[in-house]
Amino acid sequence: MAITKYLGTETEYGISVIGRPDFNPVLASSLVVNAYSADGRPRARWDYEEENPLRDARGFTQPGAHEAPPEDDIGLANSILTNGARFYVDHAHPEYSSPECSNPRDAVIWDKAGERILEIAAAKAQPLLPSAGTEQPARILITKNNTDGKGAAYGMHENYIVDRAIPFGEIVRQITPFFVSRQIMVGAGRVGNEFELEEVPYQLTQRADFFEVEVGLETTLKRPIVNTRDEPHADPERFRRLHVIIGDANMSEFCTYLKLGSTALVLSMVEDGFLPEAPALATAVKSLHAVSHDLTCQQAVDLKDGRTATPIELQWHYLDQAKKYCEERDAAPWAPDVLALWERVLVALEDDPMSLDGTVDWVTKYRLLQRYVDRDGLAWTASKIKLIDVQYHDVRRDKGLYNTLAAGGRIERLVDEAEVQRAIANPPEDTRAYFRGRCLDKFRGEVAAAGWDSIIFDTGKDTLQRVPMMDPGRGGRAMTQELIDRCDTAAELVAALQS
Amino acid sequence: MSDGGQVRKQRPKVEETEVEEPSTAESVDTSDVDDLLDEIDEVLEENAEEFVKNYVQKGGE
Repeated sequence: MAITKYLGTETEYGISVIGRPDFNPVLASSLVVNAYSADGRPRARWDYEEENPLRDARGFTQPGAHEAPPEDDIGLANSILTNGARFYVDHAHPEYSSPECSNPRDAVIWDKAGERILEIAAAKAQPLLPSAGTEQPARILITKNNTDGKGAAYGMHENYIVDRAIPFGEIVRQITPFFVSRQIMVGAGRVGNEFELEEVPYQLTQRADFFEVEVGLETTLKRPIVNTRDEPHADPERFRRLHVIIGDANMSEFCTYLKLGSTALVLSMVEDGFLPEAPALATAVKSLHAVSHDLTCQQAVDLKDGRTATPIELQWHYLDQAKKYCEERDAAPWAPDVLALWERVLVALEDDPMSLDGTVDWVTKYRLLQRYVDRDGLAWTASKIKLIDVQYHDVRRDKGLYNTLAAGGRIERLVDEAEVQRAIANPPEDTRAYFRGRCLDKFRGEVAAAGWDSIIFDTGKDTLQRVPMMDPGRGGRAMTQELIDRCDTAAELVAALQS
Repeated sequence: MSDGGQVRKQRPKVEETEVEEPSTAESVDTSDVDDLLDEIDEVLEENAEEFVKNYVQKGGE
């Protein structure tokens, strides 16, 4: 039986200093991350011991494929939050890695909490800018998008825990046609393209154009549809973490939910050997671009066996299998809800994609832009159109366009804002993130370092005490709340754990 | 998938219970376009040209 799909998102946010365009984005990112954590309490450092982004799922270690950020050199901000997330500077962006969640709905809540954290952090960093207090103070703009429209791309990555026993090749075969076709349901939309194609003034996704190969380890150049980074942050004998780099950062809660839920279901079916032979694409990268460029979602792509299929048909293939899977097997309790939404979106895409205004990001943004084009007689290359494309993703709730639409009741929300607000400072309750977050909150002064799969305590003894957390599902509230509540110090906690 | 034609010409029959919107869904109002654009006009960054010129990001990941 498929294992629980612990999952989460990591988002590199766009950052600009309005009024000071030359301001160093690395410094700006550090100001933002540090401002958020600056509460006068000691800070735990991130524990890198188990990290190895160059380990390849195909069974080897590749040199030089990921340019490590010079974090230790200039002391870049890197913090762990009480909600179990990691908040740090990666390259020239503030990055929020959500805590591990046990289901897609929780993952939406903690992903959305990340937007709120960035909004708060940017506001707190504002007075720290050199121009603060002057006549023309600069302003930090944070955008949850993936490209500046000028050739730069930055990522939103999804993570799924899968069974180590599954051959990686089978995951690649099944997930590639799925990834290429899921763009129609979960793209964040963007103005323009990377190929100077006049016939593509707008496309479904932010990221498709930046992908060049089918499988590989890289994330910053020659981006692959299936990323092979093999860094489970958990027991490597039992678990693999599928690191998915092909998706867009979504504002829409429905898109995040459907993206994570449908992908987790496909992975469960792969684990259980449930899927028939994959509908292999003749040219996956070309199809990826073609699907993203087609707003009708009706254009077929070529399959290896000589047939063709539209992205909607490819998605029906996976959805039909998933429905059958949930009827016949012991699927996750959240599966029926994901199936219902998946079907609803596919039916709407078949009838009229534009009917998903307010639900799917690429449609919502396109409809908004189309109205401006119509009202103001604008070309799709107009600055105002490009501005709207960016500002849709502004995380400020009173200025971001997605958020303005949401405030006006024009966006369908999936979760309650109260849940999001709670997730800003509190961890999920049924994963190891609970133990991480609670320990950080209660024993901050004694946490020397923490990572995804361990916490290191400095209890005043000669040696540091390392508590491994090699299973993402162990360390939740049911297992650790009483223990954490009972212990007044980390020393007591470690002693209790060792006894 | 198709062999020249489409394998699935029509969507499958859908049971009523499966197409109901989740109970948390709020009704979506996209009818009043003028109001919508007025709302957006109020929050749009002022100088679009300047904004777009200066919106430059470094690559990441």
